[in-house]
Amino acid sequence: MKTNDIILQTATKVVLFLIVLFSIHIFFAGHYTPGGGFVGGLLTSGAIVLLLLAFDMKTVSKILPVNYIHMIAVGLLFSIGTGAGALLFNVPFLTHAFGHVDLPVLGDTSLHTATLFDLGVFLVVVGVTMTIIQTIGEDE
Amino acid sequence: MINFLILPILIPLVTGVLLIFAAKRIMLQRWIAGISSVIAIIFSALLVQKVRARGIQTLDVSSWEAPFGITLVSDMMSALLVLTTSIIAFLCLIYSFWSIGEAREKFYYYAAFNFLIVGVNGAFTTGDIFNLFVFFEVMLMASYVLLVLGGKKAQLRESIKYILVNVISSALFVIAVAYLYSVVGTLNMAHISVRISEASQGTPPGIITVIAVLFLIVFGLKGAIFPLYFWMPGSYYAPPAPVLALFGALLTKVGVYSITRTYTLFFYHDTGFTHQLLSFLAIMSIIAGVIGAIAYWDIKKIIIYNIIIAVGAILFGVSAMTTDSLTGSIFYLIHDMIIKAALFLLAGIVIAIAGTSNLHKISGLIKRYPGLGWTFFISALALAGIPPLSGFVGKLLIVKGGFEAEHYWGAGIVLMSSLLVLFSIMKVFINGFWGTPRAYKGEDKVPVGKMLIAPVILVIIAVFYGVGSEYVYPYISQAAETLANPEIYIEAVLKEY
Repeated sequence: MKTNDIILQTATKVVLFLIVLFSIHIFFAGHYTPGGGFVGGLLTSGAIVLLLLAFDMKTVSKILPVNYIHMIAVGLLFSIGTGAGALLFNVPFLTHAFGHVDLPVLGDTSLHTATLFDLGVFLVVVGVTMTIIQTIGEDE
Repeated sequence: MINFLILPILIPLVTGVLLIFAAKRIMLQRWIAGISSVIAIIFSALLVQKVRARGIQTLDVSSWEAPFGITLVSDMMSALLVLTTSIIAFLCLIYSFWSIGEAREKFYYYAAFNFLIVGVNGAFTTGDIFNLFVFFEVMLMASYVLLVLGGKKAQLRESIKYILVNVISSALFVIAVAYLYSVVGTLNMAHISVRISEASQGTPPGIITVIAVLFLIVFGLKGAIFPLYFWMPGSYYAPPAPVLALFGALLTKVGVYSITRTYTLFFYHDTGFTHQLLSFLAIMSIIAGVIGAIAYWDIKKIIIYNIIIAVGAILFGVSAMTTDSLTGSIFYLIHDMIIKAALFLLAGIVIAIAGTSNLHKISGLIKRYPGLGWTFFISALALAGIPPLSGFVGKLLIVKGGFEAEHYWGAGIVLMSSLLVLFSIMKVFINGFWGTPRAYKGEDKVPVGKMLIAPVILVIIAVFYGVGSEYVYPYISQAAETLANPEIYIEAVLKEY
């Protein structure tokens, strides 16, 4: 049966970017306010799931040719790497560094290694959610 | 290097992640996993030496000072257990090379294997009760994967039971931790101990006893004590030999370790109720285990029931709470990890040859496979604790401690159980290895020689552990000293107290 989902598909094309942008906002907001890698990751995977609903699995894997299991591993490497970086400076594992840096366009920016850790969490969450959803989807 | 004690956790973690990338390239996976576990053994051994030379090692992760942040603590007991875990992990790994099969290897077997070791080593090392829960979960997640991998009917059936039991016990664990936190207001184990001492002044309030029993239920479910072992014989029966060896040697021992830690560090003020209960349950575990081990005619089941007997013996030593009995418990704990791994791996070879684990259908193996037969014989003697093999010293000290604490009945039952353990394991030997040799279908395809490498090394370690107990004893007694005197642990973690 061919369903008529032109409204969903058209809306998705716009909404998708809004969701992704919002998830990035939430990701960076997470340092001092509610948000962070976990919620950001869930939002992003929500966007991809919307894409899956509007189109189909083949189309989506053509747009995003990502191996989600590898994505989990990359995310884990980011997080472990940030933690293990402390070993190089002989401070306790997971100790973070931060400071203010004057960047050309952004001006005075507070940079924090915890962001890298959070990026790892983000990737793991997207990877895990998408792996689960794809596995269930493939079953049909 | 102050991060030394995290290396046995970090190395398998990084390895596990790297192995995800190499999932389809089996030889590469084997090399990475093998080399990393050798490195892990070296660092764990160095850690033991460091703890021996400089006392308890602590690490305030993320630079948050104890008791506010998460603290990792390596006292002698945890360092020894981490070393034993790393050795067993390496040997189970090389055994897997020739027995686990390509299908599993391509489906993240080695990655899950390494994550399991992360959980086990983490649980042994952590000094924070909630972090203990987290490492339990890491270990359990990996064990779910290892249990279900392969997807045979029995595996799926047992996985459901196993997951259900563990989800319930994890929920109870969180409830118990929350309960404890609401009473003492801290999660750092050393700090909890201090707060409980302050609160109790002689006799602790009743609520502490309630929490102690809750913890006993939670860890008892993982550690398979009477009457909470009901899930184990079925669940452990399903997976292949190396996974079974890992589960049998490591997972239940994490439960035993947790009981030992909490009962010597937190709940030692009023031993009248809690430790009586523990000693009663330990004795009942021995009896129930012995009945199971004698009753079954299945090689896997017999060894699985022997786990329950060993858990009972170890916890009986803990419940007696004398320095001797605690030394004995640690001695026996490490012995049991090594020898159970060896026995399960040997049972795996027998099952691979015969195609069945039913003792009625196996006989005469020693004629065609003398190496296998004699290795099994020695490990059977070591299991039962025949001097000078490794089980003897531990059991001797446990019994001695039991008599000192005037638990005559319990100590007597521990002694008697040794005979019945010997009987149960000799039943395997007499029926499986003696008698007329039979021809089995497909036995020529089994690489017996290669598969024997791991169990033979384990048995050699067990023999040295028994014969060289004089050299091991100082390490073990240092571990027991920390358990018997919680102040040492508290001082090392909190410094100013």
